[in-house]
Amino acid sequence: MTMTDSRPDAGRSAVTRRPMRLFRNLSSKLALMPLIFTAVVIFLGGTIWTIVYSFTSSGLLPRLNWDGLSQYERLWSSRKWIVSIENLAIYGFFSLIGTLVVGFTLAALLDRKIRGEAVFRSIFLYPFALSFIVTGLVWQWILNPELGLQNVVREWGWTSFNFDPLNNPEIVMFGLLIAGLWQGTGLIMCIMLAGLRGIDEDIWKAARVDGIGTVKTYIRIIIPMMRPVFVTSLVLIGAGIVKLYDLVVAQTSGGPGISSEVPAKYVMTAMFGGQNLGQGFAASTMMLVMVFIILIPWAYLEFGGRKNG
Amino acid sequence: MADIGILAATKSAEHPVYRMIDGPRGAKPKNRFSRANIIVYGTLFVVALYYALPLYVMIVTSLKGLPEIRVGNIFAPPLEVTFQPWVKAWQEACTGINCDGLSRGFWNSVRILIPSLILSVAIASINGYALSMWKFRGSEVFFTILMIGAFIPYQVMLYPIVILLREAGLYGSLTGLVLVHVAFGMPINTLLFRNYFASIPEELFKAARVDGAGFWAIFFRIMLPMSLPIFVVAVIIQVTGIWNDFLFGVTYISSPDRYPMTVQLNNIVNSVQGVKEYNVNMAATLLTGLVPLVIYFASGKLFVRGIAAGAVKG
Amino acid sequence: MKLTTKLLSATAICAATGVSAADLEVMHWWTSGGEAAAVTKFAEAWSATGNTWIDGAIAGGGDTARPIMVSRIIGGDPPAAFQFNHGRQAEELIEAGLLLDLTDVAEAEGWADIVTPPALLDACTVDGRIYCAPVNIHSWQWMWLSNDAYANAGLDVPTTWTEFAESAPALKEAGITPLAMGGQSWQQNGSFGVMALALAGEEAWLEVNRDKNAETVMGPDYARVFEAFGAAREFSDGLNVQDWNQATAAVINDTAGAQIMGDWAQGEFAMAGEVAGEDYSCLPGLGEVAILDTGGDAFYFPKQDDPEIEAAQKELAALLLSPEVQVSFNSAKGSLPIRGDVDLTSVNECTQKGLDLLANGNIVPNGETFLAPDTITQLNDLMTEFWNTPAMTPAEVQEQYSDIIASAE
Repeated sequence: MTMTDSRPDAGRSAVTRRPMRLFRNLSSKLALMPLIFTAVVIFLGGTIWTIVYSFTSSGLLPRLNWDGLSQYERLWSSRKWIVSIENLAIYGFFSLIGTLVVGFTLAALLDRKIRGEAVFRSIFLYPFALSFIVTGLVWQWILNPELGLQNVVREWGWTSFNFDPLNNPEIVMFGLLIAGLWQGTGLIMCIMLAGLRGIDEDIWKAARVDGIGTVKTYIRIIIPMMRPVFVTSLVLIGAGIVKLYDLVVAQTSGGPGISSEVPAKYVMTAMFGGQNLGQGFAASTMMLVMVFIILIPWAYLEFGGRKNG
Repeated sequence: MADIGILAATKSAEHPVYRMIDGPRGAKPKNRFSRANIIVYGTLFVVALYYALPLYVMIVTSLKGLPEIRVGNIFAPPLEVTFQPWVKAWQEACTGINCDGLSRGFWNSVRILIPSLILSVAIASINGYALSMWKFRGSEVFFTILMIGAFIPYQVMLYPIVILLREAGLYGSLTGLVLVHVAFGMPINTLLFRNYFASIPEELFKAARVDGAGFWAIFFRIMLPMSLPIFVVAVIIQVTGIWNDFLFGVTYISSPDRYPMTVQLNNIVNSVQGVKEYNVNMAATLLTGLVPLVIYFASGKLFVRGIAAGAVKG
Repeated sequence: MKLTTKLLSATAICAATGVSAADLEVMHWWTSGGEAAAVTKFAEAWSATGNTWIDGAIAGGGDTARPIMVSRIIGGDPPAAFQFNHGRQAEELIEAGLLLDLTDVAEAEGWADIVTPPALLDACTVDGRIYCAPVNIHSWQWMWLSNDAYANAGLDVPTTWTEFAESAPALKEAGITPLAMGGQSWQQNGSFGVMALALAGEEAWLEVNRDKNAETVMGPDYARVFEAFGAAREFSDGLNVQDWNQATAAVINDTAGAQIMGDWAQGEFAMAGEVAGEDYSCLPGLGEVAILDTGGDAFYFPKQDDPEIEAAQKELAALLLSPEVQVSFNSAKGSLPIRGDVDLTSVNECTQKGLDLLANGNIVPNGETFLAPDTITQLNDLMTEFWNTPAMTPAEVQEQYSDIIASAE
């Protein structure tokens, strides 16, 4: 039948026919040349370059003076690195959940035909536009016991109120989280809102006819429909977590002590402070390995499952 | 594709984007003072306080004199309002020996932003379209590699990119910097578009193929008009990222005359020694954030309204 | 005028190839008020010779600026000159042959005779060739005390670390934090370095830093330093600040008794209108061992293809060390000049103390001259962990310190 025949195999379905494979779907291949170049030359090339140089004793300049595994031995014997990874796990877990929940909830609230949507949306999004060098300082003030919230609440009369997250090694990562959520949720809210705008009104009508409650409709129907949006958000949040650096530098510089160190900061300090590029590359290679471990199963689920679809 | 399946199963061939004209969806609140309404506005209001508190602190600090900042409460409104910090941040603050504030780099930043933004959003949207509608053997592999790129801290790539640009003869030029912005914006934005286009119903695509439309015709005539909200998100991400970039701008541009505004911002805010002029720092940060803010407001309109009804008829 | 002739001769030697003016881009991280004023002195002097100074200021200190400078060099489009700290930071660039050899300028200008202390020039020298132009001296070796804080507590201002430690409990009782310390690791490790030189003495300090002798770290001299550092940790309880100048502000406001910090802290006192001797006191070498370390800044000149630029680079190098420029630059920056044959215009009590020590040769090279940046980073991490982990004992940190020294290159 013409319809099925004219529908390109090259389109949604996988390539099955042998002849002329190279020229099949040529426009798409040409259009993706910038992507292929970026992926292979810049990201793959850069990654290989980084891994190669992680086996050297490069200091200020990248140089191929082989040093075996010693950068990795030193990395894993460093307490700061271990603390960094633990911190990233804690921050990552709460940031991922927090950002998704807050981002989606705000988007859902904004999507309920409220007045002043534009104002609310801009307030939630504006932190995303501001350089963290200074907003980090403002959060440092707000969380500072003498200057900020603790002081205000005590002046209100609750004199035993204690809120000092940035100076307490036990909870410092949560102090960072407060500012991290503040900065990052606005964008996720926007993406979620774009997704919600794409949901058909008929679905709401149908749900109401069936007597399904609002919250239940979101959880049972809307969220599953927004799977691609959630995937995008997850990658965005995940990338932000792995690259977490500015926030820490601006608020705690990794302190008190080394209690809020994170891997990206370890990399930066080693490369540019310690002038030990090899050590920085070894640490970033380990970061990439961790990303791989998380990303590969996801990529398999995302692409592997529909080879024939 | 699972998501498409669900979409197709739950509704007719008519795609939601047809209905986006009137903006907000969701269940209609029935009564203005209903319990649900109070909860919605109450929650939004409380959350807005959390978001606005640091902004409030920044604004009041930027309007105070230094002595007042040193003694005062950070939440207190200024006793004596002064706009001097804003003036200083814009045209007087010193960067080394040049004392003309943020204004020095403003146009440089614009010159970097515009080509980087257009090129990166254009390429990412085409990528997303090709990856979701016109897959070929290997396209997913390249896409996966690109995704891993999203997780690499920029600073690690600093030197390999210097070497690449040097070999291409682009080191130090605006072209080189624009290409770097395009490359680093590509992973997230491609993913954004790919996942958006993937949720567009297959029937539309099939029908266009039947009509004999090719790769570019479908992209420009059908997909582009349907994807305004996602373009807005991509523009928000890219404007923010490129406008606030300091590291790439200062590393890959080799002449101080062409440095972006963030170099001045960094120099105003980040001086290691000497008295910190907090009020000027805050004013400089708010000023730098104005350009993205204007874009957010302007594009927000598109974001709400979605597309014009006629645009997808063809 | 003698200065002008000297300046002219310098110009004549270096710019022998021609009279054409050159545009030189100079990268540095001096961006705060006093620093920028000081750089302006350089730029003015350079413009006076008919050349152009293109200013490439990048704030944020070496960690921010260094990767940018190195990128420019790797990218094959380096600035004409850039600032680094004295020490081992530029070693690799020299070994890779990326920096201009300034030996002929140094010989023509007689740097070997005029630069005091000579260690500054040694820090620029690799295999007998000179690669950088030192421009100033900064010393870490100071403690700053608030006279009013002690007066308010009814105490005399201490004149040694020992007295300070004895008076600390009384100060604390009066509601004053005895020692102000910022939360960043370089401040804690830097203070430890000051205490090590002051309490363990020059000999032990050199054994550890220069000779990398881990046994000295475990010896009794250093054990005393670790004990004292542990006590200092308790003295600083109750004040939570990040930046060094916030800590200095606590001394200025009399809420803290003292701070261990380099001579750049004096700029803060001056800005706050405080007078040395009246409002605050200073103890070089913590009052224990009157000795200064001599760190500072230097300019390096990447190799360029253009012989005209190279001639201009050498001309600039000579200019930076000329007496007139040394005086105007260091007066503005609050640092000490690298040549003993010039007088700063007006000096306060503390700067005079520093100049006297310098003149008498009571000096050691800066720790950064001996230790690689990588080692310093490791020590920073260790000392900040100790500082913030009350359960960690001085003996434990001593052990780990010696491990790092033992593995240092």
